[in-house]
Amino acid sequence: METEVKETQGKIFSAENPGITAPTDWQPVIMGILCNWCSYAGSDLTGTSRIQYPPNIRIIRVPCSSRVDPWFIIKSLQTTADGVLISGCHPGDCHYISGNYYARRRFLVTKKLLNFIGYHENRIQFSWVSAAEGPKFAKVVAKVTEDIKKLGPLHRYKKENF
Amino acid sequence: MARVGVFVCFCGANIAGVIDVPAVVQEAKKIKEVKISIEYKYLCSDPGQQIIREAIVQNRLTSVVVAACSPRMHEKTFRKALLDAGMNPYLLEIANIREHSSWVHQKDKKAATEKASDLIRMAVAKSIANEQLHEISVPVTKRALVIGGGIAGIQAALDIADARIPVTLVEKSPSIGGRMAQLDETFPTLDCSQCILTPKMVDVASHPYIELIPYSEVIELQGYVGNYKAKIKKKASYVDFSSCTGCGACTQKCPVKVPNEFNMNIDKRKAIYTPFPQAVPNKPVIDAEHCTMLLKGKCGICAKVCEKGSINFKMVDEVIEREIGAVVIATGYDLWDPKPYEEYGVGRYKDIITSLEFERMVSASGPTNGVPVRPSDGKVPKNVVFIKCIGSRDEAKGIEYCSKICCMYTAKHAILLHHKVPDSHAYIFYMDIRAAGKGYEEFVKRAQVETAATYLRGRVSKIYKKGDKLMVRGEDAQIGQVVEVEADLVVLATAVIAPKDNPALARLLGVSYDKYGYISEAHPKLRPVETAKAGIFLAGCTQAPKDIPDTVAQASACAAKVCGLFAGDTMKKDPMISTINNEFCSGCLNCIKVCPYQAIVTEEIPLGHGSKEIRTVAKINEGVCQGCGSCVAICRSMAISLAGFTDPQIINEIVAI
Repeated sequence: METEVKETQGKIFSAENPGITAPTDWQPVIMGILCNWCSYAGSDLTGTSRIQYPPNIRIIRVPCSSRVDPWFIIKSLQTTADGVLISGCHPGDCHYISGNYYARRRFLVTKKLLNFIGYHENRIQFSWVSAAEGPKFAKVVAKVTEDIKKLGPLHRYKKENF
Repeated sequence: MARVGVFVCFCGANIAGVIDVPAVVQEAKKIKEVKISIEYKYLCSDPGQQIIREAIVQNRLTSVVVAACSPRMHEKTFRKALLDAGMNPYLLEIANIREHSSWVHQKDKKAATEKASDLIRMAVAKSIANEQLHEISVPVTKRALVIGGGIAGIQAALDIADARIPVTLVEKSPSIGGRMAQLDETFPTLDCSQCILTPKMVDVASHPYIELIPYSEVIELQGYVGNYKAKIKKKASYVDFSSCTGCGACTQKCPVKVPNEFNMNIDKRKAIYTPFPQAVPNKPVIDAEHCTMLLKGKCGICAKVCEKGSINFKMVDEVIEREIGAVVIATGYDLWDPKPYEEYGVGRYKDIITSLEFERMVSASGPTNGVPVRPSDGKVPKNVVFIKCIGSRDEAKGIEYCSKICCMYTAKHAILLHHKVPDSHAYIFYMDIRAAGKGYEEFVKRAQVETAATYLRGRVSKIYKKGDKLMVRGEDAQIGQVVEVEADLVVLATAVIAPKDNPALARLLGVSYDKYGYISEAHPKLRPVETAKAGIFLAGCTQAPKDIPDTVAQASACAAKVCGLFAGDTMKKDPMISTINNEFCSGCLNCIKVCPYQAIVTEEIPLGHGSKEIRTVAKINEGVCQGCGSCVAICRSMAISLAGFTDPQIINEIVAI
């Protein structure tokens, strides 16, 4: 699918559905689901290091990235979020030995499925952030926010556009 | 109807400097379940917690949301505040508005305030779905299993047993003592190894709380922390230890001679033998691989000379089962085989020996009565060359790491050589001298001064024979020249390596091991005596090369950990674990495949109420489950739920904004 920004007449168009628009000062909501031991700790470190990143992300804590049910991703996109970021421990470093490997496989399938039914692939992003990678977390959030901004609003504006 | 209390913290200026706290408090009041929403300067302080406690009681709150710092910081503090107010501590949720908002959006105060409100909405929504949870009590079997009877295992067993906790000590060989029993004197004080070790060995044998099972191996371990079941294979010794007096008549008369592994094969032992004179237990065993009676059915002299009739050629291996609560792994180390050093003529020249062979020779109870000799002609050597780092710090031939103890024991060997053969001279080729430790550097100095040992910094490139001498050609990097030393004897300081059985043992116990075969600790700095598996600890060289002081310290640390584990009759465990509703379970058992802890087992239940037919469902073992939630996400019938992170809780969070 195309990633180009469609911005005309002061409006941003949704990448998936040009019928959905938002004003240019629109801010996306990104649902961040982070594992407790690596990525959540990493995001805390971003805070304690006072590294600034865009305020669009809302963070949910789960014990392990393998706890993330594809349902959470779909529910986020259906209701509140314009994009989802899921982050876990680096492969091989999982606090629960092997959880992030299951998570990785599950997300690849979920992403393909969502892509198939018409979501842009950048709506769902995954990353590995360790508890020591505060700066990396800020970078990841900045990149995801930028990506989602380019894609425009998602179905949360559906009702008012139909 | 839920009654939620929201408490927003200023955290001094940390939060209030960016976020408009009063606005956030007002925003929270708009949520219909929120009964009280207040702010305070420092909620984590005593008065702050008092505010929460009072509000809980006055407003009959059903859950509490604290909007403050990260839950990783003060979750425990606030849970305790809830508990003190008579509320279940797990009805608390924390909105992380400091690390996740005020500190990272300092320039955009409006957005930070909005985000804080959103985070509070999410936490309130989640807290509504929170359930009362209770810490799980797991019963503990107060018995420790120590694997390995070297100095690490001995020290751990003694320390645990002194706390009146029963210990089962399993040793592979016929006697405890391990590598330390083979040593002559120990650095840096030159204590006689036997003198300091054998009293401890006797203590082990006589301790009322220690059950010593020699000549045996652990073959199975099942269960979880506090509740393990171990199977121990006791190898057939063909000698009835209960009636044997250890008189030694059998070993004297036995006609079969085999290389003596305790003396590094320098001399011979019999097919029925005790490994060394001070062995504990001091009872002989028959080596089934060499005994002619067991191999061919001929001989049986030992049985004839035994006055007690203790010899039993029909004895078979026996499996002993023990219920235990904790395991200490103390399997020690092996030494690297220097065969790859072909340029040194290892294997071709008899007068090149390893350091442990030298150690046995200089031992007063050793095969040569404490005098080092040349294996080729039995003469006492005058010029001895010691070469350090054989196999260690050598990526090409051996392993990358430093064996840690070789610098010290080579200095010790130089001193011992000087003591035994006063007119001898030691040449030591080294890469670096690593003598960090109490009294270590002084000890190396002593070797250099007292014995006038020649320390040559550089590697040896070749050893060749000239007459009956060995010519050692190497580099002296300090003068930048090639040097040749005429040697009567060459001693190689071979690397310390992990025992070859370590990976198999690690798999059997369910702990991880590194690429060298050493057992991995849970955290290299903060949890150095624990493995990642709860209730399994490690001591000594099974983790990495170590000297005796470090090994003993670690073994005592293990004992402290075991005693801590056994301090109560039950262990408390975090209740945030999975549970299965077996009415929904379809029995696909995918959860078993993804569980990293083997915490899920099958259970057979009636097909319907009162039905005689059965169906298979999954069942969680509470003691083993660590609460990762892999099984929850994979369960297609949504039968599994993870306490504290249930589907309703997370979905509530998602839709709350």
